[in-house]
Amino acid sequence: MNGLVLQDFSVARGPCDVLRDIALTVGPGECVGLLGPNGAGKTTLMRGALGLMAHRGMSSLSALPLKTRAKTVAWLPQAREIAWPVTVETLIALGRLPHLAPGASPASEDQAAIDSAIARMGLESFRTRIATQLSGGEQARVLIARALAQSTPLLMVDEPAAGLDPAHQLGLMQVLADEARGGRSVIASMHDLGLAARYCTRLVVLWRGGIAADGRPDEVLTPDLLAEVFQIRAHITTSPDGPIVQPVGVI
Amino acid sequence: MRVLWITLGALVVVLFAASLLIGPAGLAPLQALSALIRGDALAETLVMREIRLPRAILAVLVGGALGLAGAAMQGYLRNPLAEPGLIGVSGSAALGAVLALQTGFAAMHVLALPFAALAGAVLAVLIILALAGAHGGSITLILAGIAVSALAGALTSLVLNLSPNPFAASEIVFWMMGSLQDRSMTHVWLAAPFIVLGGVVLLAQGRKFDALTLGEDAAASMGVHLGRLRLALVLGVASMVGAATAVAGAIGFVGLVVPHILRPLVGARPSVLLPASALGGAVLVLMADIAVRVILPTRDLKLGVLTAIVGAPLFLHLIYKTRAQA
Repeated sequence: MNGLVLQDFSVARGPCDVLRDIALTVGPGECVGLLGPNGAGKTTLMRGALGLMAHRGMSSLSALPLKTRAKTVAWLPQAREIAWPVTVETLIALGRLPHLAPGASPASEDQAAIDSAIARMGLESFRTRIATQLSGGEQARVLIARALAQSTPLLMVDEPAAGLDPAHQLGLMQVLADEARGGRSVIASMHDLGLAARYCTRLVVLWRGGIAADGRPDEVLTPDLLAEVFQIRAHITTSPDGPIVQPVGVI
Repeated sequence: MRVLWITLGALVVVLFAASLLIGPAGLAPLQALSALIRGDALAETLVMREIRLPRAILAVLVGGALGLAGAAMQGYLRNPLAEPGLIGVSGSAALGAVLALQTGFAAMHVLALPFAALAGAVLAVLIILALAGAHGGSITLILAGIAVSALAGALTSLVLNLSPNPFAASEIVFWMMGSLQDRSMTHVWLAAPFIVLGGVVLLAQGRKFDALTLGEDAAASMGVHLGRLRLALVLGVASMVGAATAVAGAIGFVGLVVPHILRPLVGARPSVLLPASALGGAVLVLMADIAVRVILPTRDLKLGVLTAIVGAPLFLHLIYKTRAQA
């Protein structure tokens, strides 16, 4: 089963529910932007769905055995952690760990997945660089390449565009959109409404513990929703490059 | 990388041989080896088989245990300052030994002291697991370890404080400095199973430590069961370090410095650092144990004192170098 299915899905933090009775199905080919103000539960939804946090209700991912889950979904946490000064290629190769049998060394298909991930993130010239010595944005791209190298049908990324320069933000979103077009499912939490509107096939807005809106970007990003959920006014228009959403003021 | 393995392996072999051939008995090398292997001369065979061989084997076992356990602790905590003593096992093992020395239990049998030390280590493991076993993250583990270490240290001081017998007190102080002198094959047979078993457990976790390079959340999503890994770590480290402390006393800095020196040479990969640090630890302890015999042959210089005296400045140098790079 590809994608993600959540049914009656709730996550509690302490005494109160952060998310209540969520129902969400994400299928192949979808690039879902997970939106919502700070504290709306975007990260909680993804971590809970993965089984990294306790939850009630059904999640198709947390029900899987650990090994199967690691081949089903690649997860990129918001905290971009690289503990040791390993080379970029070594770090990206970690994405192949779930595919290696105990004691086996990486095979040619593993190397192919690593090379492809490096190519998609434009990291050829970084291959032998020490990952911890790169800039924050470069590290973020290396970590995304690690998630791509995991070659899973579902990709879950927590604020992947944060800290990237404009060119790499656009490049990254294009990569995620291409992954979805190639048949994978992508779920990305984000704050940049413009990027979300432009590259995602579907937007899910979390608000007050539930899903406030779910649908195509032009259906979801209405002035009413932006005012109610995000408390902003935005300039919304369509262009040859797709929808444009530019926040212009706080309400 | 291959050069590193060959160099470390060769160093272990050469230093092991040197350890067999250097000693106060002043045997000629050929005569010594012949006595060891063929057992043709009574006194020499006794020296070689009962004194020097166990000492050299224990240097390899204890050094390997401290190096490997240090690399595993650093890999799990993703912190180059972690060391095997952090989970409180060496302190508790020392407390067990100190109690055995103080009560005279140690004098009853050659294995009484190591057994008391192992009992101390087991007790520490039970406390640590109760506090940070199935649940609780790495921070809980560190805090539990610090608490157990502090308690063991305080109780050790209490024993020394209340010791009515100055000889027992000085014996305790000397034991705590760590040494491989006058150990027998019995000590080898006691420590070897624990050290080998713990080593197998820790080496099997190599890839999980690799995955932890990306943080606990990413590692968990990649199929690492963090609770099971923590359990394997505690049991593996405790088994190795508990046994090493039981037969050799407290030997500091090996578990801290060895992984630190070798990390750049293995491309910083935790899974490769584990076996490299085992070999590196054996090299360091063999060298130190030869040095204590050569530098002050008549004064019984303690192994743990030497490793600390050499290790601490080395560590300062490494910090200085790291600072220069940053």
